[in-house]
Formats: sequence, structure tokens, C-alpha cells
Amino acid sequence: MRKVAADPKGVDSGSHFMDGDHALAEGALAAGCRFFAGYPITPSTEVAERFAERCPHVGGLFIQMEDEIASIAALIGGAWGGQKVMTVTSGPGFSLMMENIGLAVMTETPMVICNVQRCGPSTGLPTLTAQQDMMQVRWGSQGDYRIIALSPDSPQECFDLAIEAFNLSETYRVPVFIMTDETVGHMHEKVVVPPAEQIEVLDRNWYTGPKEDYRPYDFTGNLPAPMVKAGDGYRFHTTGLTHDERGYPAGSVEVHKKLLDHLIGKIDNNVDKISKTEDSGLGDAEVVVISYGITSRIAAKAIADGRKAGIKVGAMRLITVWPLCENRIREIASKVKGIVVPEINMGQVVLEVERVVGGRCKVISVPHAGGAVHDPEVILDAIKEAVK
Amino acid sequence: MNAPMTDEERFRKENPMSEFLRMERMPHIWCPGCGIGTVVNSFAEALKKSDLDMDKVAVVSGIGCTGRVAGYMKFDSLHTTHGRAIPVATGLKLANPDMKVVVVSGDGDLTGIGGNHFIHAARRNMDITVICVNNFTYGMTGGQVTPTTPTKANASTTPYGNYEYPFSLPFLADACGATYVARWTSLHARNITNSISEALKHKGFSFIEVITPCTTLYARRNRLGDGLDALQYYHDDSEIVHGADTREVDIEFQSKIKMGTFVHREKPTYLEAVNTHYANVIGDEYQLYGKTTPEREAEKKAQEQANQGSK
Repeated sequence: MRKVAADPKGVDSGSHFMDGDHALAEGALAAGCRFFAGYPITPSTEVAERFAERCPHVGGLFIQMEDEIASIAALIGGAWGGQKVMTVTSGPGFSLMMENIGLAVMTETPMVICNVQRCGPSTGLPTLTAQQDMMQVRWGSQGDYRIIALSPDSPQECFDLAIEAFNLSETYRVPVFIMTDETVGHMHEKVVVPPAEQIEVLDRNWYTGPKEDYRPYDFTGNLPAPMVKAGDGYRFHTTGLTHDERGYPAGSVEVHKKLLDHLIGKIDNNVDKISKTEDSGLGDAEVVVISYGITSRIAAKAIADGRKAGIKVGAMRLITVWPLCENRIREIASKVKGIVVPEINMGQVVLEVERVVGGRCKVISVPHAGGAVHDPEVILDAIKEAVK
Repeated sequence: MNAPMTDEERFRKENPMSEFLRMERMPHIWCPGCGIGTVVNSFAEALKKSDLDMDKVAVVSGIGCTGRVAGYMKFDSLHTTHGRAIPVATGLKLANPDMKVVVVSGDGDLTGIGGNHFIHAARRNMDITVICVNNFTYGMTGGQVTPTTPTKANASTTPYGNYEYPFSLPFLADACGATYVARWTSLHARNITNSISEALKHKGFSFIEVITPCTTLYARRNRLGDGLDALQYYHDDSEIVHGADTREVDIEFQSKIKMGTFVHREKPTYLEAVNTHYANVIGDEYQLYGKTTPEREAEKKAQEQANQGSK
């Protein structure tokens, strides 16, 4: 990857008091995103509004498309046009994006998609908080594939992870999702934007070799081929059809397997590099709470209360939810009595935790139907249950 | 002595449009008598005559028979999802305004599933060219009714005849703000070429509808004969009415087809509007978006010269 200096034009260095949505926009600008296509939907709209306000001053472009389908389609064109691109949405809009998320995966198009989650199904409880799209982000488009999904727990982390999301997306040529929620999106806190020179920005590898040798794809099952941009004379072709490394349609079972092995392998083979967690108190823990996003801040209260009550409880916060750090969870499971998974849905990530744990310890789901965060007491009860 | 060239080798080598086609992808999938090839040929001819930098031309298609055009043309090309060629083209154009972006897709793709994008790109006067191959049918899925199928025509999903009212695409494009609108039939290859030439030069949303036969499905199901019969119909029953009122160019089942350049007007493109507006309201602080490479280079050079002069 090419490490490049952050363009200082997009970096509003200093201490700010802002909400998670605004911080996402600032993070994207700091990462060098200059093309944003979006459609309004609460509680994500502020990201688009901030970008729209800032872009004329930083040489960027915001376009409000006619719907979310058009927004993500425009990102695909924008990325092949050479830009770092982003869109933002919430529940219903996320559903509308699904088909072209598949196209982005299939054509290995880098882009960042923020989902400020709200409560569903359908229009649901507009627009109260939830973490209900955690499986949709993984499986929502047809076919088998892998994506990367990050989950910030604070406005500061919205800023930080926006940069991280672009870096990952440029490295792996895959859509990267920032799965935040209404609570973090609308929560105001201190956000420190560092000076431009302290921000690490990665840029996709650009192909510069002979035109006749150019291949838009390289099915290595690991890092993807370098990209070119439209207009550079390489005359690339890209399609949602199963394709060979030249990008040409190739309707065979063998090519399809090679392609899928690559799309899946480039993520699965790099889980250790991609995945990040924040751990505390794991050393002596008999119970571990695995959570992500806003729920981990509620869990922190329950964990502190548990410790006060003499329970050895630790925490693992998934900063990267997908791909899941399966080996680390297995390690923990072999040492503790139980794992508690609170999340603002009826039990989604917990299904994967259960699969990974495979009976090594108890796994207790702490679901919430959405619209509010958990009562810490409920999580504490689960911790007490797990330690029995 | 070299063995004589086979027909296929000669075709690949000597095809007059081979510089614009991915000859390694031939043969194509289109049926005998289909009109898509004519449109591709006319498009290539228009490019040949143009003074465009061919590295700066991009072709974007959706899904369907016409959706395959992007895969056969030797340009930066994106074969996208059903109906979404226009927003992908929009993103490409805005990300890299140096590009001349051309969408080639079918009637079902552009005005059925993609209708919302069509009307909004026209409304914005997005600087792209859209060529719609209108054969009144969803060909790839087996001949279903589309938003342009004439009333009474038979389709696989209207087996007793179509009872819906079709779109008149030039009227739709005109009403939505397109600044160049033309219609031809696939018989009128030179006129198509000329229209595409005009559209490529035009700044703003240009739309060309080409009425073509789907011999395998639409024509067969409606007992209209083969490809040649379709061309005979286009020959006998079409008339050129440049500047026609687009409210009066509907096509009924096997009716007379009015064609020509219906709309040709000047209006700031989307990006021109962006730049003019921001320059007015933000002034010197505005970072001009989407300047072309030569413009940027000239600006840089001027800046350097100014710096040297001040030393």
C-alpha cells in the first residue's frame, strides 16, 4: 500500500465538541474522501450534511442522489473514476443498497458505507437506536462473500474508524462498513482531530505497468491486484458477472470457485491484520462480556458493578465485528466459565460467538428489541448467571 | 507459405471497427436480425469520426441484451446491475470529469427498473450520453412487456395483448430536462451515427433512442416476420420530423414512427452549475471541483510563473 500524507485541506485539526455523525464526516475528509453520494435518512443525515457543507472548501463534491440505490451505484462509478468514496444511510436505505453492495464486492471496488443503525424491521421505531443490521451487513446481498465491518463506541472513534475504514477498503478492495448506531451518531463528546501529518492514510496500489499486461483482478486469495482509474488508457472492463482476471465474463464453475475463493480468502486470510478489539480485565476473568458499539459502554457499568461484587469479569470490545476474531474468542472460551453477549437486537453476533465457542463455556445472550440501550442491571444479571 | 486466413481470422483482423471492439470477446451473443449490432457499429463510427481521446471514453451498461455492449467495446467499461448504469455513469463522470461517459442500455433497463435514475440525470443535465436500444421487450429474460411496449402488442407476460400505456421516451426525456433528444430506427444507421456525433459534442444530458427489432421474441410473438421485415417497416413507416413537438411522437403498435432530432438546447451542465453557484456564494474560498487535467495543468503553470515573477 502507498502511505500518503493526509491532505491538510480536509483535516480540521484541534479539539471539537461534536456528535458521532459529524465526526464520521470529518474522518472521511481527513482520510482523503472527496466524493460523497447520499440520500437523507434519519439518524444518519448529519454525516451527509456535514460533508455537503465542508466539501466546497476542500475540493470535494457532494451529490444528493435520487435514492440509496443510486447513491451506492454512484460510488462504484466514483471509485473506478479514481476517487475515495463514501455514502451513509440507515435501516431502510441500507436495505436498498444491498444489490450494489454485491456489485462492489464482485468488482472489488473500494468504498466506505456508514450505517447509523435504527430500529426495525421496516420503518420500525423511527429513529431510535439499534444494532439490528449486524447480520444484514454480512449476508444482505445475494451470494457468498466477505466484507469488513467496524463498530465505533464514541464520536472520537467515529472519526478514527472512518480513517481506518478507508485504509482497509483501499488495501483489500472491499466495501468497508462503519456500523454505528443512533446513540453514538447523536452523542456529543470531545473529538480530537490530530494534525494532518500525524494521520496515517493509505492509498490503493495503482498499476503503472505496460497496458497489454494489465489485469484488473488477481485471484490470489490474498491481497488484490492494483487498480487503474478510468481515463488512464488501460481500457479496463468490470462486470457483476463471474469473470476472469481480465474482468471478462467467464461462465464456468471452475472460474467461479477461483473467484469466490479469492473474495473470501482475501479477508479470511488476513483476519489477524484486520481485526481489532479493546480488551480489559481478561487476565483473571471467569466471565467475559463480548460487545460492540454503544452496548459496550453500557456493559462497562455492569462489569464495574460485577467487579465490585467480587466477580472476576473482563471485557472484549469488538472494534472490528466482521471478520470476527474467532481464534481469540476460542482462546478466551477455553479459560472462562462463561461469555455474555449483550447487543441491541434479538441475538445476532451471539450466534457466531456460540458457533466459535463450540461448547467450551457457557454463552449467554442478552438481547434487546431495540429503541433504547440495555439497563446495565440486565447485563449484570447475565454476568452473575455466567459465573455460576 | 502461410496458410490462408480462415474467415474468423480475417474477421478479427479486418473488421473496420476492430480498434473499438474487444475482438477477443467475439462472437457476441446477439441474435441474427437484432438491432443492437447496428447501434454499436454506429457508435463506433461516430467515435472514429470524433476528435475525442479514446482513452477518455467510458461505456457503461446495465443488464440485458443491450447491457452486454459495455463488454464488447474496447474502452474503460462497466457492466453494472439492472437499471443502475446511469448512476454509475454519474459517479464516474463526477469523479473524473475528463471522461466522456456513454451509457448504452435497453428500454427495460433504462426506463423500467432504472426509470428513476433516467429522469433525475436528465433533470440535473448530467453531462453524459444515454443511448437507449428500444426493442419494446425484455429480451434476455424471454420477451416480457416493458414500459415502452405499445398497447395491444403481445408479450410473454401480456399473452392476451398489452393493456398498459407505454412511455414515449423522447417526451419523457424532454419533460425531465434533457438538452439533446433524438430518435432513429436501426435502419437509419448514418443518422444514428450523426446523432451520436452530435451527442458526443453536446454538453449536458443527451439522449438517443433507437427503435430496433427483437426478431427472436417481440417480432416472432407478434408475427412481424424477420429482421428484414422490420427494416422494411422502418423504411415504409418512418418519417423525419426534426424539432417535432415531443408530445406528438408516441409510437403505437406498428404505427408510423416519427424520428429526428427533437431537442437541442443549451443549459449549464450539473458540474457547471455546481461550480458557478459555489463561486458565486462562497467566492475565492471555493475549491473549484472537476476541472479537467489540461485546465489544472494550465492553472499550475500560471501559478508557477506568478511565483517566479514575484521572486
